[in-house]
Amino acid sequence: MNRVIDRRLNGKNKSAVNRRRFIRRFRQQIREAVADAISERSITDIDSGEKINIPARDIGEPTFRHGPGGEREAVYPGNTEYVTGDKIKRPQEDGGAGGSQASNSGEGIDDFAFKLSREEFLEFFFDDLALPDLVKTQIATQIEFKRVRSGYSRTGIPANINVIRSLKGALSRRIALRSPLEQRLLELRQELDQQQAAGDAGAQARRAELEEEIRRVSARINVIPFIDTFDLRYNNRIRQPRPTTQAVMFCLMDVSGSMDEERKDIAKRFFILLYLFLTRTYERIEVVFIRHHTSAKEVDEEEFFHSRETGGTVVSSALELMHKIITERYPGSLWNIYAAQASDGDNWNDDSPLCRNLLIEKIMPLLQYFAYVEIKPDEHQSLWREYLHVKARCANFAQQRIDGLTDIYPVFRKLFRKKAAA
Amino acid sequence: MRRYLSEGSEWTFELIDRYTEEIGRLAGQYGLDTYPNQIEVISAEQMMDAYSSVGMPVGYHHWSYGKQFLGVEQRYRRGHMGLAYEIVINSNPCIAYLMEENTMAMQALVIAHACYGHNSFFKGNYLFRTWTSADAIIDYLLFARNYITECEQRHGEEAVELILDSCHALMNYGVDRYKRPSPLSAREELQRQRERADYLQSQVNDLWRTIPKRGDREGNPAQRLYPAEPQENLLYFIEKNAPLLQPWQREIVRIVRKIAQYFYPQRQTQVMNEGWATFWHYTLLNRLYDEGLVNEGFMLEILQNHTSVIHQPPYNSDHFGGINPYALGFAMMSDIRRMCESPTDEDHDWFPDIAGSDWLKTMDFAMRNFKDESFIAQYLSPRLMREMKLFAVLDDDRRRRLEITAIHNDEGYRHVRQMLAAQYNIGDREPNIQVYNVNREGDRSLTLRHLQHRRRPLDANTTEEVLKHLVRLWGFSVRVETVEPDGRVIKTQECRAV
Repeated sequence: MNRVIDRRLNGKNKSAVNRRRFIRRFRQQIREAVADAISERSITDIDSGEKINIPARDIGEPTFRHGPGGEREAVYPGNTEYVTGDKIKRPQEDGGAGGSQASNSGEGIDDFAFKLSREEFLEFFFDDLALPDLVKTQIATQIEFKRVRSGYSRTGIPANINVIRSLKGALSRRIALRSPLEQRLLELRQELDQQQAAGDAGAQARRAELEEEIRRVSARINVIPFIDTFDLRYNNRIRQPRPTTQAVMFCLMDVSGSMDEERKDIAKRFFILLYLFLTRTYERIEVVFIRHHTSAKEVDEEEFFHSRETGGTVVSSALELMHKIITERYPGSLWNIYAAQASDGDNWNDDSPLCRNLLIEKIMPLLQYFAYVEIKPDEHQSLWREYLHVKARCANFAQQRIDGLTDIYPVFRKLFRKKAAA
Repeated sequence: MRRYLSEGSEWTFELIDRYTEEIGRLAGQYGLDTYPNQIEVISAEQMMDAYSSVGMPVGYHHWSYGKQFLGVEQRYRRGHMGLAYEIVINSNPCIAYLMEENTMAMQALVIAHACYGHNSFFKGNYLFRTWTSADAIIDYLLFARNYITECEQRHGEEAVELILDSCHALMNYGVDRYKRPSPLSAREELQRQRERADYLQSQVNDLWRTIPKRGDREGNPAQRLYPAEPQENLLYFIEKNAPLLQPWQREIVRIVRKIAQYFYPQRQTQVMNEGWATFWHYTLLNRLYDEGLVNEGFMLEILQNHTSVIHQPPYNSDHFGGINPYALGFAMMSDIRRMCESPTDEDHDWFPDIAGSDWLKTMDFAMRNFKDESFIAQYLSPRLMREMKLFAVLDDDRRRRLEITAIHNDEGYRHVRQMLAAQYNIGDREPNIQVYNVNREGDRSLTLRHLQHRRRPLDANTTEEVLKHLVRLWGFSVRVETVEPDGRVIKTQECRAV
C-alpha cells in the first residue's frame, strides 16, 4: 500500500514561469532598483547578476486585516515575573509582550530582496538604452568556444560519420585484402586452362584439386565485407577558443562644474555600454580613466565619477594625455584602442582647433574608434563644429548629442553594424 | 540480539522501504488509520518549488508564487533558512516529499511524522473529512491549472492575472464556514463547467433584469435588503451575483474559492495537526528503538531534531516568535497520554472523563472531533499551563499600560485557556466581514459589513487595496461599514467604480 517514487529526475524549474511573471509584473520597481544598482556599480563589474531590493509594500498582497487599536488580549509563554493585575509599560518595539500581535497584522517594512540573473539584469539595463534586439543578444551572449572541424577520428556518433571517407577506407581495404587472392585465383584458372588443354588422365586428379582450390579462394574473396566497422571515419570537431585579443578603453570626461550628477549618470551608462560591447569582442580589456578641466589627470573609477572640480575647460589637455599614455603603455600593434569622450560641450574656444588637429594627425590613426557624446549641451559650441571636421575625415569617429538615455545607442550603431557584418 | 535496520547515515530506496514497512507495522499496532502513502524523493531545488506553490503539487501560474519562490530561494541561499524536512499533501494516496540531502534517520523521522502522523490526521479529523475530498483534489488542481491556462490563451495573461489578483485578496473570505460544500470531482467539473457558465450568466442577468414593481418600494428598506441574510462567503456571492463578470471569470472565482476551501481546515488545525504528527514520530521512533531496530546514533540524531522542533522560547527571548505550534501541540498530546496513564488528583478534578481512561481511544477521539480552538479549550490542563508558564496580557489602546489579566494560578487557569483558545479562532484573528446589501435600484453598489470585535478596527491601507480588488470583481462601487455590536455604523470606507 506504500509506494516510493524517485522524482529527482523530474524538472526542477517548476517555478520558472511564476518567477518570470513576478519579474514582468514588477518591471517598474525592478527597473528603479536596477538604475540604483548601476549608479553604484563599477563599469567593469556590470556583467554579472544583481541583488535587487524592492520595498515590500509595493508588492504586497492585500487582505482584510486588523489595524492597530482596540483591545487585544494575547497569551504568552515563559512568565517569570508577573502576577495577575500587574500593569506594565507598553513596549516601544514590536516583538515583546503585547507587541507581536501587532506585527503579525501590520505591514512589514522590510524590503523584499532577491537576485536577478545576469541575463535579466542586462535586459533591464538595455531596456533604458533602447538597444535593438539583435544587438542585445549579440552583446549579451557569453563568450563561447567555437567548434571547428579538425580531421577525422575513428570514434564518434553515427550523425558524424563521414561517408566518403569511410567508403574510401573500405575500398582500399577491399583492394588490399582481395588483390593477393585474386592474383592467386588468376594463376589457378590459368593452370586449370592448361590442364584442360592437355586433357590427359594424369591431370584429372590435378584438375579436381585445382577446382577445389578455386572454390576455396573465391569463397575467401566473397566473405571480404563491403564495409567494416573499422572503415568508419567520423568528422572530428574540436573546441577552438577565440583568438586572444586585448583592448584598452579610454574614458575621457569633462569634470568642470557644469557636469552635474545627471550628466555624469548618462556618461556612465555610455561608458558601460561601450565596455559591454568590448567585452564581447575582446578577451582582455583595460580601462583608463582620464578626467579633465583645464588640465587632465589619470584617475581611478571612483574618483572619475565622484569628484567634482570647477573652472574652465581645456579638452586638448585630455587628448594629449591620452596620446602620451598610448605611446608609453599601449603600442598599437598589440592593443585595440577605443576612446569615449563625454562632455557638456564647453571648451575654451582657441583650444578646439587644436583638438581637431591633435585628433586627425596624431590620435585617430592609432584608434579603432572614437566616440564623442555631448550631454545636454545648451547649444553646440566650437568643439562640436571642429569635431564635425574630424568626422568628415575619419570613418571611425562618431559624435552624438545626448538629451536622454535613449540617445546613447545611436553613437554605437556603426560600431555594432560593423560587428554584425563581420 | 536483533540486527539494526541500518547503520550509518546513508539512505537507499531499499532502506526507505524497510523503514516504511516497520514504522507502518508499529502504526498499525497503535491503530493509526491512514491513506496509502506515496513517498516521493526530491532534490532541494524541487523542495523549493514545492514550497513556493504552498504545497499544491499542481498549481496554476501566478506571480505571487514566483514571489514566494524568490523569497525562499534567497533565504535558503544565504543560509537563513533550512528547508522544511517534509511537505505532505492531503490527498489519497497521501503524497509526502523526502529531500535527498537528508540522512536515513531524518528520512525515517519524516516518514513517521508525515506518512503516519499527518496522514492519519487528514483521514480522521472531522474538518478534513467534511471540507476536503482527498480523493479528488489532485484531479481538481489539474483541472484548475488547465482551465486557467486555457483562459490565458484565450483572453491573455494580463486579464487572467487581474482576476486572480483580486480573488487572492479575498481568498480568506472564500470559504463556507458552516455549510458543507459539495464534493469535488474533476471529471464532473469539466462536464458541468460549460452548462454552468451559460446557466449562471442567465441567472445573473435575471437578477438585474427584474424591474421592480411599484408596490415593492413601499416596504421599509430593511426588508428590501439583498441578500436577505448577510453572507460570509464573499467569493461565492461574487461568483453568483456579480453583474459584469464573464463566464470564464466566474469560473476562476470558483476555482480560487474551491482551493481556499481546501486549505481552510489546515489553517484551523495547525496546533493539532503538527502536535499529532510530532507526538507520533516521537512515539513510533522510540518504539523502533525499544525493539532494537535502530541504534543509539540514530536515536540521538532524531532526538536532537525533535527537541529543536518543539523548542519554545519564552516571551522575553530574542528568539521568541509567537507560540510554536509544534511545541504546544506536542505538549498537549503528550499531556493527554499522561493524564490517561498516570493521572493526578488535579487531573481527576479537571478531566474526570479522561483521567485514567484508555489513552489510545481518548487521543483518537480528540484527533477526530476538534479543531485548534476547541481542542485547546477542551484539553489544555493546568499542569501544562504551569509548565509553559502561560499568562494573558491585555492591550487596550484606551489605557496607558498593558495589564496582566491572568497567570498560571487557580484563578487564572480558565481565563488563560479561554484566551489561548480564542487566539486560534480564525473568526477572532481575521476581521468578520459579510455581504450586507446590494443597491439594486440605484447605483448597484455593494455594501459589506465589518462586525467589530473588541473595538479592533480594519487596517485602513490594506482595506482600501482590497476594496479596489472588490470593485474590479463587482464592477460597481463597494463600501465596507464598520458596525458596533449594538448595530451602530461607526465608520464607512468606500471605493468608487471608475
